[in-house]
Parts: sequence; C-alpha cells; structure tokens
Amino acid sequence: MHIYRACLVALLLVFVVALGHTAAHAASLDEAVAHFAADDFDESIAGVGELAASGSPRAEIIIRALQNGQLMFSAERKAVYIQEAADKLTDAATGQPITGSPPDDLDNVRLNNRLRGAIDGALGGLTLLSSDPAKRYAAGEAVFKSREASVLPTLETAIAKEQDPRVKQVLLQARAAITLSSDSATDADKLTAVEIIGLRGDQDALGLLSSLPASTSAAVVKAAGVAALAIQKRLAVWDAVQNAWYGISLGSVLLLAAIGLAITFGVMGVINMAHGEMVMIGAYATYVVQELIRNYDPGLFDYSLAIAFPLAFVVSGIVGILIERCVIRFLYGRPLETLLATWGLSLILQQAVRSAFGPNNREVGNPSWMSGAFDLGGITITYNRMWIICFSLGVFVALLALLRYTRFGLEMRAVTQNRPMAASMGIRTSRVDALTFGLGSGIAGIAGVALSQIDNVSPNLGQGYIIDSFMVVVFGGVGNLWGTFVGSFVLGIANKFLEPYAGAVLGKIAILVLIILFIQKRPRGMFALKGRAVEA
Amino acid sequence: MTSHFLIRSLDRGAIAFVIVVAALAVIIPLFNLAVPESSAFHLPTYLVALFGKYACYALLALSIDLIWGYCGILSLGHGAFFALGGYAMGMYLMRQIGTRGVYADPILPDFMVFLNWKDLPIAWYGFWFFPYAALMVFLVPGALAFVFGWFAFRSRVTGVYLSIITQALTYALMLGFFRNNFGFGGNNGLTDFKDILGFNVQSETTRNALFAISCLMLILCFLLCRAIIGSKFGKVLIAIRDAEARTRFLGYRVESYKLFVFTLSACMAGLAGALYVPQVGIINPGEFAPGNSIEAVIWVAVGGRGTLIGAALGAVVVNYAKTFFTSGPLAPYWLFLLGSLFVAVTLLLPRGIIGTLRHWTALKRDRASAAAEDGVTGPPPEPAPAE
Repeated sequence: MHIYRACLVALLLVFVVALGHTAAHAASLDEAVAHFAADDFDESIAGVGELAASGSPRAEIIIRALQNGQLMFSAERKAVYIQEAADKLTDAATGQPITGSPPDDLDNVRLNNRLRGAIDGALGGLTLLSSDPAKRYAAGEAVFKSREASVLPTLETAIAKEQDPRVKQVLLQARAAITLSSDSATDADKLTAVEIIGLRGDQDALGLLSSLPASTSAAVVKAAGVAALAIQKRLAVWDAVQNAWYGISLGSVLLLAAIGLAITFGVMGVINMAHGEMVMIGAYATYVVQELIRNYDPGLFDYSLAIAFPLAFVVSGIVGILIERCVIRFLYGRPLETLLATWGLSLILQQAVRSAFGPNNREVGNPSWMSGAFDLGGITITYNRMWIICFSLGVFVALLALLRYTRFGLEMRAVTQNRPMAASMGIRTSRVDALTFGLGSGIAGIAGVALSQIDNVSPNLGQGYIIDSFMVVVFGGVGNLWGTFVGSFVLGIANKFLEPYAGAVLGKIAILVLIILFIQKRPRGMFALKGRAVEA
Repeated sequence: MTSHFLIRSLDRGAIAFVIVVAALAVIIPLFNLAVPESSAFHLPTYLVALFGKYACYALLALSIDLIWGYCGILSLGHGAFFALGGYAMGMYLMRQIGTRGVYADPILPDFMVFLNWKDLPIAWYGFWFFPYAALMVFLVPGALAFVFGWFAFRSRVTGVYLSIITQALTYALMLGFFRNNFGFGGNNGLTDFKDILGFNVQSETTRNALFAISCLMLILCFLLCRAIIGSKFGKVLIAIRDAEARTRFLGYRVESYKLFVFTLSACMAGLAGALYVPQVGIINPGEFAPGNSIEAVIWVAVGGRGTLIGAALGAVVVNYAKTFFTSGPLAPYWLFLLGSLFVAVTLLLPRGIIGTLRHWTALKRDRASAAAEDGVTGPPPEPAPAE
C-alpha cells in the first residue's frame, strides 16, 4: 500500500514537472510566435530571435515555415499558423491541426532580405548545439556567412561546449565574423577576429575582410588589408597548384596515349596514324568487360578494370601485330606511304567499331574505388584522375624496366640505334619490329582502359588524342622514353596554365604555335637521337 | 620565251589532258543549257555543280602533287589553304548579300547581327570589293604558307615531322574557326550566298560559268605546273625530292626552292577553295578537318604522284566513287572502301593509275628497243620510287 502510494506520488510529481516544463516552453513560444501576427519586419525579426533562444523543438519548424513562406497569420484572431498544404493548416505554436473554416484575413508573414538574414542566422544557431558534429560544422559555416549577431549567445555556449577541434575552429571563425561586422566590439577584439579570419584564408574570408562596415577603425582596416593580401597570395598559390594538378592529370593522359606511339616511331621510324584507334579498341574492351559483368556477375564490377587491363593489352596488341605483318612490313623505308596506309586502317577500324557497337557513346562506369573526390589543402582531387596518374606512371616505369632489363628490350634498343648492325649481330629485326608494334599498340590499348574512365567511349575517341600525342612525340623527340615523359607533362601543364588566360581553344592553338617555334631550335625534339641514324 | 617553255614542256598526255578538260568545259554547259530539258541528253544542273566541285578538287590535288610528287613535301594540311581561299571568297559573297539577309543589315552579315556585334571586324574590311577579295584568295593562303614554310624549312623539318606539323596547323585553324568570336561565322560558317559579281549564284548560267572557269583555272594551273617542272627549277625540285642533302651540298639553297613551291602550291589550293565555295554554297570549319587534307593526298596517290594528270584524275575518280557510294544503300561501307583504298594503293599500286600506265609503256618500249638491238636482255632496272 505504501509502496503504491509512493509510486503514485512520484508519477504525479513527474507529470506535474513535465507539465510545468512544457508550460514554460509554451509560454515563451507563444510570446515569440505572437510577434509574427504584428505584420512588421522588426517584430518578425524579434520573433525569430526569441524562437531561436527558446530552445523549443517547434522553433526550427516554425522558422523553416517562415523561410518557405508557409507561415500565415490572422490579424483578427491574433493567431499564427503553418500552412502545411493547400487545405491543411496547423497552429504554429502547438502543431495541432486547425479544424473548421480558416480565418478570412489569412495572410503570409512577409519576408525581406534583412529578415532572411535573421532566419539563416537563427537556423544556424539552432543547429549549433546539435549532437552531430557535421551538422554543427555546417551551422558554424552558415553563421560565418550570415554574420547574424542574434545567435552570438548560442554561439558562445556552443564554443564553450565544443570538443571537436575542427568544428571549434569554424565556430571561432563564425564568432570572429560576427565581431568584425558588429559596431559595438572593441578594436582589440576586432584585431583578434581579423587574425582568426586571416588564418581561414579562403574566398569567403577574403570577401569578409574586404567588406568591413564603415564604422571600423583605421587600425582594424589596416590589419584586415594585410590579412586580405596574405589570403590573396595564398589563394594564388593554391590556384597555381590546382592548375599544376590539372596539368599533371592531362599530362598523364597524354603520356599514356603517346608512349606507344613514341616506341613504334622510335624503333621503326613509322608513324602509326591508327594509334588512336588502338586506344579506342582498349576503351571498347573495357566496355565489353563491364557489360558482361553487369549481365552475369554484378558483384565483380569493382574488378572490371583489372580484368579489362590485360584483355585490352592483348586485343590491341594482336591487332597491332596483324597490322604490322599484313601492311606495314611491306612499306619499310617509305614512311610517308606508311602514314597514308595506317590512316586508311584507322578509317576501317573506326567504321568497324561503329558498325559493331553503334555510333553513340557507350557507358563505361567507374568502379567504386575510382569515384568520388577528396580535399587536399585548397584543391579538390578526384580519385579517378589520381589513379590514372599513378597508372600512367606505373606503365612508364614498367616500360623503362622492360627496355632496360629484358632481352627483348635490349634487342629493341639495338634496332633503334643501328638496324643493319643489329641484324648482323643476329637479331631478327623483323620479329623485333612486329613485337615492338604489338607492344606499342598494346600500351595504347591499356591507355584506352584508363581513358574510358574520364572520356566518352565512342568510335571517335582515338581521334581526339592522336594529334596531341603526335605533338608530344615531336616535342619530346624519339631518342628515349624520357623525352615522351617530359614532353607530355610539359605540354599538359603548359596547356592548363594557358587555359585561364586564353581559353581552352586558344590555349591549344598557342601550344601548337609554341611547338612550331620550339622545333626551330631543336628540330628533332628535346631528347634527340644522336649519331648517324638521324640522317638515315 | 615562256611560250617556248610551254610548248616544249607538253607531251602527248599533257596535250590530251588540256584538250579533254577544255572540251568538258564547253560540252557540259552545252548539254545543260542548249539541250532542252525534255531531251534524254539534257544534263541536270545539279550535275554541273557536282562536276564543278570535282574540278576544284582536281585543282587541289594538282597543288598537292606539285609539292609531294616533285619536291617530296607531304603536306597533310593542304585542306587549310583550300579552306582559307574558300573563306576569302565566302566573305566576299557574304558582303554581297547586303540588305537581303534575314536581319537586313546593309553592312554586317547575319551572324554578326545575331551575335550583337556593332562594327565590322577589321579582317572583313574591303571584302565587298571583288578584286580585293580575289587578291586575298591568293594572299592569305600564300602568306600563311610562306610564314609556316619559312619556319619549317629553315629548321630542316622534313619527312613525317613536316607532315605531322602541317596536320597540326590545319587542326589548330579548325579549332579557331569553330569559335564564334574568331569572327568568321563559327560553327555554321558562311552560307546563304546571293550573288557573285552581280550574277545570282543559284542560277543555271552562273553555275555553268563557274564550272567553265574552274576547268579553265585547272588548265592554267596545270600548264603552270608543267612549265615549272620542265624548267631547270623543276629539275632542282626533283633533285631535292630524291636526295635533299646531296642537292644542298651541290650548292643549291634547298630551303628557298621548297619555300617557293610550297607557297605557290598553297595559292593554288586557295584558288581551288575560292572556286569551290560559290558552287557548293557553303564554307564551314569542317573543311579544315585533318581528315579532308589526308583524303586529298590519297586522290593524288590513287592517280599517281608526280604525274599531275594523275592527281587530277585521282581526285575525280575517288570523288565520283564517294558520290556513288554515299548516296546509295552502300553508304555505311564507304569508309571501309576509302580505308581499303588507302591501304591498297600504298601496297599494291604505289605508282598510282597514271604512273603504272607510264611504267608499262616504258617497259614495253624498252623491250622493243632491246629486241631491236638484240644485245641487252631485259629492261634496265627501274629506279626505286624515292621518298
């Protein structure tokens, strides 16, 4: 009996406390909401501030409704509603649906830019205390941008409570932003704020520092100027880094596309105009592999490139060897005719692929480990570009090793340097030619696997790269692979640095003109082959 | 003096070529204009325009043969000079439209009004005046070829390197002309022409006249090429083709010879383009596409490089095949055929049609003379075709 009574009392107590708490919330909430019925911007801003300070879970709903123009009021009934749908009206403070006919003078609570700023700041303030660090971070950013002074108390609480250093930094920056744009803060505070914002160092910080209110003292303005200059320098550096990154990325693609060309040209003196089509074949091999995986075993999708990689090498390599055996070997010593014949082959291959797969772009997907991006300092790096750079460097190193350490590489170098002498030393030059052509084509094929990840897979894929690859070979020279390496990265980076000034197309034209001027100085490229073979 | 040159330089084949082209220039307009439409012998006007197109292609092929066949310069960018000449003519034709354009602006062509331009770009000044435009048809391609050739030949860029650089040149021009702010109509190029020298470009008589003029120009350029080849200058060109270093060591300024013939060839290509544009009614950046230039080279290879007549013949034969295939149900196979043509000609018919015919007649003559003398057995070894 005793126990029951105690329980009952406790229960009652809990109930009463809970009720009292709700009532207290409700009272301040009602007061805050009442501001919106006044149809006055200042009143509305006050209402937003009070809502934000109330800590009620309804506050965010009401402010969002206001932001979306769904908050309605009736001056006659002195009541505020949320219009959730055309025929659904709820009481703003309680969330209870309103039954019966809506009031006649129902009208939207009007918005202006000042009020919108207050709303953004308040919403930021509301989520400042969220339990999710990502949300707190976003809220800090929102406050930083809105510089809404009314959330300052909440912000202070949040800063005091914050454990996560990354979030804390943003919150401090937000407070600094508010300090800077307020009229009442002391100069000392403002100078500290300038320092904090200067450390942030991005475009937003620059905007903030260059738009200080007119009342700011000269000392602060000067400090802000210094900080802004530092930020500008930093941004310029990151801009250059970004361009360099894009340039390296383009260079790696050029390296992949050009390196096979450089080998065949270097060893055999043959320009293979069908080289671009070897790249295309590699890309289509990737497409076929992915189609098969999609149809038969979708779980293997992440390994599709690993499967396509050797396949593309073999398919393109075999096509290359066939071309060498059936056409090119009859044309040795006639490089211009070879150029024409391989151009004809490129037309045939393009049309064959067009007939087999259709003229449209084929979809090749990125495996999960190649999609997405991450931030590094002030730049964004996508995974597929990063992997392609690694991949092309890997191919380059593998090829260097092949040339340096294998018997085939030795024979290839011998034939490059002096064909008749190599032949008289017992090297079967025609076999070396065929294998070299196969190797060059195979590398073009794996370039196609990489390019399928960043470009459209269509029958014209190869055409887009062929002239650029030629430029790399002409620029780098055919003496050794380092010429191709340096050539592709120099061209890639130069291209990307010219683009912001001249635009993509004019940048390309400028590069072509520069190459034409460059070969005035070094007609055989940067890394020219020396010796008698040159004039032969 | 010059006429002496000309007469001496003409052999039987050349005379036959001149007569055939001249005859065509008369007969085709005759069958189109004089024969009533009801007659079975009437030639439809679209065919006249088509033949006019072939004549322009033949002229382009001739210009390529002059440098490739006789000087060993393989230009894969001759389409650029062709297109530049075409643009010069196109600009004249655009200015002739005047107030008859869609926007009826007396000075600005339609596309400039569309792009909201206020003033005529400086590059367009003077193009309403035909002699100026006609001068530009030669001057613009010629100047480009001169500057480009001066740089390229001076630094002894030869062989495949030169071919690749010329290809890059036309590619760069294509990219440029595709841009709207380049000022030449961007993607759409120049079209909707109304009249040329006061004659309506669409009318039958103008088309026939243009065809006849194209044939006439073909003959004149052919005679010019023959005169050059037959002169001492031409002998040096052939020497450069066959042994450039040796020619240089003999004291000839190889660069100057090459530069002259390259520039001349570019002017001829420009003329071909200028005649081409009023007959097809449009010029757009697609003409700069590297593929077009390479196709023009294969015309020469098919007909026989270093024969001039062969180049013109090859242009007509290949383009006739193209018209035949691409207009019928065989259209998807045209690229297969064209590609095979590239391979087959280089592998099986390296001398081309005319070259092979000449080779055979030479062999026969040698056999006959050998049989007559009854001393030497077999023909003397034919010198290998040089690069």
